Amino acid sequence: MRTPIAYFLLLSAILFALGSASVLLRRNALRIFMGVELQLNAVNLTLVAFSRMHLELDGQILAFFSMVVAAAEVVVGLAIIVAVFRRTGTADVDRADVLRG
Amino acid sequence: MIDLIGLAIAIPLVAAGVNMLVGARLGRYAGWLATGAMAASFAIALGALLDLLSLPAGDRTQVVTVAEWIRAGAATVTLDLRVDPLSITMAMVVTGVGSLIHLYAIGYMEHDPRPGRFFGYMNLFCAFMLALVLANDFVLLYLGWEGVGLCSYLLIGFWSDRPEAASAAKKAFITTRVGDVMLLLGLFAIWIHFGSFDFDTVLGAEGSLPEIATGTATAISLLMLGGAVGKSAQLPLHVWLPDAMAGPTPVSALIHAATMVTAGVYLVVRTHVLFEISEIALTVVAVIGLAGALYAGFASLGQYDMKRALAYSTMSQLGFMFLAAGLGFSAVAISLLVAHAFYKALLFLTSGNVMHGLHDEIDVRRLGGLVRDMPWTAALFAVGALALSGLPPFSGYFTKDAILELASHDGEVWAYVLGSLGALVSAWYIARLFFTAFIGDRRYEGRAHEASTLMRAPLVVLAIGALFAGMWLALTPDGRLATFLEPVVGTVAEGHAGPSAQVLVAISVVLTLLGIAIAWRLYRPAAAERWISFPEREPGLAGALGHAFYIDDLYAWIVGTVGLRGAAALEGFDRIVVDGAVNGVGRLAVRLSGLAPIWQSGKVRRYALSFLAGGVALLVFAVVRV
Repeated sequence: MRTPIAYFLLLSAILFALGSASVLLRRNALRIFMGVELQLNAVNLTLVAFSRMHLELDGQILAFFSMVVAAAEVVVGLAIIVAVFRRTGTADVDRADVLRG
Repeated sequence: MIDLIGLAIAIPLVAAGVNMLVGARLGRYAGWLATGAMAASFAIALGALLDLLSLPAGDRTQVVTVAEWIRAGAATVTLDLRVDPLSITMAMVVTGVGSLIHLYAIGYMEHDPRPGRFFGYMNLFCAFMLALVLANDFVLLYLGWEGVGLCSYLLIGFWSDRPEAASAAKKAFITTRVGDVMLLLGLFAIWIHFGSFDFDTVLGAEGSLPEIATGTATAISLLMLGGAVGKSAQLPLHVWLPDAMAGPTPVSALIHAATMVTAGVYLVVRTHVLFEISEIALTVVAVIGLAGALYAGFASLGQYDMKRALAYSTMSQLGFMFLAAGLGFSAVAISLLVAHAFYKALLFLTSGNVMHGLHDEIDVRRLGGLVRDMPWTAALFAVGALALSGLPPFSGYFTKDAILELASHDGEVWAYVLGSLGALVSAWYIARLFFTAFIGDRRYEGRAHEASTLMRAPLVVLAIGALFAGMWLALTPDGRLATFLEPVVGTVAEGHAGPSAQVLVAISVVLTLLGIAIAWRLYRPAAAERWISFPEREPGLAGALGHAFYIDDLYAWIVGTVGLRGAAALEGFDRIVVDGAVNGVGRLAVRLSGLAPIWQSGKVRRYALSFLAGGVALLVFAVVRV
């Protein structure tokens, strides 16, 4: 008896919504970052779930790629956040608005 | 030697280059180098003249091609030099009088710290002047024309640390520029009409007339007259000449008496064919000349600065040359030009002696009695004055009075009467200078020292020329120079109207003596107090004469007051209307672009929200479409 696909998708949607809420509502860059990770993993879960449903490996492979890229992105992202923090003394993204037009 | 005529220009040019580059190291040899170059140039011109004389009269127009110069489309300009009686006469004056003035300048400028630059400019000036007179087409003529303008600027402003010299240089350059532009327009008209700048095409080869309508000829002639008026300091572009005396005195003698100002006369005589086709232009030349002769003669009477008085005298004499050219007596105009070069150079250089001997004092009110300290200078000035006043047998008589005589014989009574008045005034103003500066009581402190031998020697040569050149040039019945010039300028047709020649000579002598007598009556030593206090007694008349009838002041008012106000008004229009439109467009763009950055707040979360909104919208779109 397999777990129905709907549960996976529901969980994924909840995770994505939580991640999105975190990205949109939080002001601390680290928390936004966590939100982004949550969104990524929600998507990964969807990929793996559909892969399982179709009994093919493509989705799972893509999930691996996604993780690797996410890991690289974490490195770069954290470095940027640290650099911004050192420079401005804060990690509040609303105050990092020097690129406004 | 005719083939080598190019060297007459090249040698002074090279010497000018050497002097300007390494003149500082040459020290006092700079002057000798420059003088030597001029002497060499003179020798070449003399050789060419002798060669020309050995040819029959009909073959005396030789063209020497030096190189092809400009090739632009249909216009090919070869660097041709023209050796004919007119150009070689001019070249002889430029190199002959020029070398004497250079020689004099060695002595005059011996204390100047920059002889190399001075003599470099002088040589360059002579080279350009020679290019002007030896040109075989209007392009080279124009090159020389502009070149002498440039050199006159450099030389008038040679003492550039003196504000009046710097502004006089600018004034000379800008005033003559007005004329130069007209000349340039005339050259354009020539190109449009003839498609060539060559003298033979434009002026007609020997014996033939150029094909040109009267109206076109009038337009071209008047434009060229505009150029000539500027360069020769005739009304109404004469204002630069008196101020130009701010330059060193040899410059005044070289540029503003003997050579550069004669360029205008040369141009009119060279192109006399066009003037003659257009009768109107010829009359205009005569009227301008006569008006200038009278105007400058009277203006000279009001000057206390000796050099300014001589400058107006130059303008007056040039007026007589224009009068002669305008009446169709080109050969006589050139005779006067040659004689005038001698005596005016002499007069200027003797006044230079006075300045040199008296620490630049040149105001006749503070001179007087110089004959005791400077007997040579006084005698030489007297020679120049006699030559200018027109007493027979000196140069002025054979040249200036010849113009009046011919005018009378031609039935041009107005020209004769007014010209005679001008001659009377000439005798008056030049006698005035002699009486006020050289005889009577000394009005200066200390003692004037007589000029050195080096400065006297060239003056003696000039004095001999001033005394006898006119007579020698006019010796044969038709005039030696006139006969020589005939192939180029045509014959002087003598009429038979009016009184006979003997009567005219008598009138002329009486008028000249009358002029001298008036001068003696007014300026004799016993009357010194009277003429010195004349401005206080008659401020109106003295002011009018001293300011040359306020024409200069009128120009200053037009340019300085009216011109500046107009410029200010135009500037306001430019600022408010033109700039307003341009800046308004810019400001509008700035305002509009101010609306754009709303989307670019720099707030990361707002961007993220728009990502999400976009993603949701895509999703909705996909779902709805399915």
